[in-house]
Amino acid sequence: MQPVELSSVEIVTAIRQGDVSAERVVTAFLDRIARLDGSINAFLVVDREGALAKAAEIDRRRKSGQPLGPLAGLPVAVKDVLCTADLPTTCASKMLAGFRPPYDADVVARLRRADAVIVGKTNMDEFAMGGSNENSAFGPVHNPWDLDRAPGGSSGGSAAAVAADMAPATLGSDTGGSIRQPAGLCGITGLKPTYGRVSRRGLIAFASSLDQVGPMCRSAADCGLLMETIAGHDPGDATSLDTAVPPYTQLLDQPLAGLRIGRVAAHFAAGLDTEVARGVEEAFAVFKAAGATIHDVELPHARYGVPTYYLVAPCEAASNLARYDGAHYGHRCGPASGGKSAGDGATAFDSPLVEMYCHSRAEGFGPEVKRRIMLGTYALSAGYYDAYYAKALRVRHLIRQDYLDAFATVDVIGGPVSATPAFRLGEKTGDPLAMYLVDMYTVSTNLAGIAGISFPCGFTRSGLPVGFQLQGPALSEPLLLRAADRFQHLTEWHRRRPAGCSV
Amino acid sequence: MPADASPFTTVIGLEVHVQLLTRTKLFCGCPTTFGAPANTQVCPVCLGLPGSLPVMNRRAFDLALRAALALDCTIAPFTKWDRKNYFYPDLPKGYQISQYDLPFSSDGSLEVVDPKGAFPPRRVGIIRVHLEEDAGKSMHDEAAGTADSRIDLNRAGTPLVEIVSQPDLRSPQEARAWLNELKLLLVYLGVSDCNMQEGSLRVDANVNLHVPRGDGSTAKTPIVEIKNMNSFRSVERALAYEAARQWEEWQRTGIEMGKAPKQTRGWDDAAGITRGQRHKEESSDYRYFPDPDLVPVTVAAEELAAIRAAMGEPPTRLRAALAEKWGIPAADAAVIVNQGRDVVAYYETVAGLVGEGKPAANWLQQDVLRTLNETGGTITDFPVGPAALADLIGRVGRGEFDTARGREIFAGLLTLGRAALPADVAAAVAALGITAVSDDELTDLVRGLLTANPKIVADVKGGKEQAAAGLIGQARKQNPNVNPGKVREVALTLIRAM
Ligand SMILES: [Zn+2]
Repeated sequence: MQPVELSSVEIVTAIRQGDVSAERVVTAFLDRIARLDGSINAFLVVDREGALAKAAEIDRRRKSGQPLGPLAGLPVAVKDVLCTADLPTTCASKMLAGFRPPYDADVVARLRRADAVIVGKTNMDEFAMGGSNENSAFGPVHNPWDLDRAPGGSSGGSAAAVAADMAPATLGSDTGGSIRQPAGLCGITGLKPTYGRVSRRGLIAFASSLDQVGPMCRSAADCGLLMETIAGHDPGDATSLDTAVPPYTQLLDQPLAGLRIGRVAAHFAAGLDTEVARGVEEAFAVFKAAGATIHDVELPHARYGVPTYYLVAPCEAASNLARYDGAHYGHRCGPASGGKSAGDGATAFDSPLVEMYCHSRAEGFGPEVKRRIMLGTYALSAGYYDAYYAKALRVRHLIRQDYLDAFATVDVIGGPVSATPAFRLGEKTGDPLAMYLVDMYTVSTNLAGIAGISFPCGFTRSGLPVGFQLQGPALSEPLLLRAADRFQHLTEWHRRRPAGCSV
Repeated sequence: MPADASPFTTVIGLEVHVQLLTRTKLFCGCPTTFGAPANTQVCPVCLGLPGSLPVMNRRAFDLALRAALALDCTIAPFTKWDRKNYFYPDLPKGYQISQYDLPFSSDGSLEVVDPKGAFPPRRVGIIRVHLEEDAGKSMHDEAAGTADSRIDLNRAGTPLVEIVSQPDLRSPQEARAWLNELKLLLVYLGVSDCNMQEGSLRVDANVNLHVPRGDGSTAKTPIVEIKNMNSFRSVERALAYEAARQWEEWQRTGIEMGKAPKQTRGWDDAAGITRGQRHKEESSDYRYFPDPDLVPVTVAAEELAAIRAAMGEPPTRLRAALAEKWGIPAADAAVIVNQGRDVVAYYETVAGLVGEGKPAANWLQQDVLRTLNETGGTITDFPVGPAALADLIGRVGRGEFDTARGREIFAGLLTLGRAALPADVAAAVAALGITAVSDDELTDLVRGLLTANPKIVADVKGGKEQAAAGLIGQARKQNPNVNPGKVREVALTLIRAM
């Protein structure tokens, strides 16, 4: 088998045993990126030199008998929302074009300590805002299953990189579905861990109370392998959970008999694509055949998930993105730099400072980021706070309570990740509301702070992947990974590769 | 109408920002040392770099608790952090982490008593005390010949407590005295150094006038907030100016509170006036909301008890304790305590060595503190150590020297101490050329004087003992080292034996 066809678990095993050199593995993936990414655009930066140097170092250390980290030689691509001290970190925004942080995100540092090889930074929706990866300032990502279609978002580059075998494993971030939805649309496996399970330090904030880093891989087992490295307490993140990290990969191999899976009837209401519905129902059947039981559950407030999310997330985002003002770093356009009018309609400014702020932000941010900053600023304004933000927090509490109630009777909740398979590039860009609805099955997980996993459960007649989502209570990652892993032992969907990207 | 016959009452409330004495900032590990080169005490967190996250410094929180407890505040069992959103270059995140609707403490008070009774004892309510991070400093660099401003973020993220008083103060003088009392308290407790020059204590004042009307009702002038006062003296002057200005304006316009927006005025210390600032500040909408990067803080009863136990004695209790322990008047105890902990320690050492409180208090106030006032400096580097002073006080008490001589010796001690020479009484006496007069020498001297002054001898014999005082001046003329008390004593003894 070619290295690019191997799973992450297989790659680290093969390198550790000396069956293949890290250099050969890394070279194979780098070559594939060079060959395919021109048409996919999953990468914003490829660090060929750094990756090869690290691979050579690992091979040297292995030969001289020195200890190797658990991910030794594994090529990993990292979403460009995560800070890397040696590579530019842009959040796919003109605002941060060329920005190089002075430090590594906690997860990146953990990857390096585990001897993973960081091959590059993946494309995304600007500041992780979007569900199609069309909001990147550096061009959209093309879905490897159909280059005319979106890969989903915002972690579209990470999903497409795995789907096209350009990386065996990537990191994404999930604020309202940004790992699970693109994983579903690209036919890969993605885990959104429990809020606090993975450190957010060095994850450039979109909505701090919802953001969570997670693995995007070919299989649940691979996600478990990555989680063993990236999960864990970080005293530098006050919201990080101080609980032991389970040995995820060792907990996979247990039967599903007795697993209680909840099924929410409302998930199958009008709007759900029939082929997606069929795939999801078939997945329930697979679980049932494996000994799980299916139970109807209700999440009565789930229908308020999207509006709640689109208040909470923009409010936090408006504040989180205030720091990009051109004063200290990032894009600056102002009177001092002789900047031209940014076409923002502003004519009279209180001061050259305000003029610099307005021009820098008008030029640096794309339209969707501006839309969310405006939404959030409006909703937090005096006189509107109670009607919008405060009310959204109350609904958020109800949504969280819904899950607690449901998990009193079932272990996990199954259903679709996305109402449709991958949609065409440009199909929803003119209709922000339609775009916001792509998150309808995923936002509640983040609002409740619980865990969710997405993995392929079938394909449409036209050959597009269909994803299945399992949501579980806080810290249920071992159970979610086990259920998905068992499913992947019984099905072959996750092994399919897009035809256009054959080895 | 008030007793002082002023036609109005000045109503003052203060907002005081105090920098806590922590080694590190509130949400990162950067040092808080004052005066470091610009932008050298910074890290990704206080620079607000992308992806950085704040983590609360519990030591800062505990210090803030100490301050709130000392101000008799109620401590909230649960408090949270809020973001105050506004754009300014010295605020790199675009928001300040502060506390909005659930401050960690509220409803306290601090009483100020003037030792000389210049105003009645005033208990001033504290509305709230909350904790927040400081912003950086913007400096307009004229020297560089450009319009550019420079930003120093060393201060960004330094812990501040904001103390908001009720409008309970009734005169500029009271306001100044209350600020002194607040500063004393916070310095005593080690909460802050309260150094206004370094910006570790900043005061804004809200002031308006209550004007009694003929019908028994009260008219209130619009509230003015005064900023930019850089000393307690400035606060007093600015408030006095502002009260006079408001009175003049009230008489001219009759505009009452609510009929005009609250105004912010800046104090110009050199010109001695307040000037109106732009109204824009007032209309700011800070869009407060809970900071999602931080978790709420809970305060357990045991923690509070531990902080209380370790807090040390606040000035009010110390004044009473000192008066009681050393048997000195309350006013003396107040003067000593108001000088700070080091002066109290100095006093207690001296009083302990002397074995008596009052003379030590007198010497401290009349000699030591007066010298410090005249020459500056602190008690810790005062040239006369407590042991030498105690020795001197003891000798004067035993009649070895009279008070005038004692003062000369004190001055001698100062001279020696300033020259970094051993400053003990013996050395000072030697330096001054004072030698002890033996009993025989003294008796001979007095005998000679009695022979030369038969009238005095006759007067004393006739019952006018005070006539003996006439011998003292003559005795000192012959030998400046004689002790006047002894001259008198010996003279009386010799006359009685005649
Ligand atoms: Zn710092």
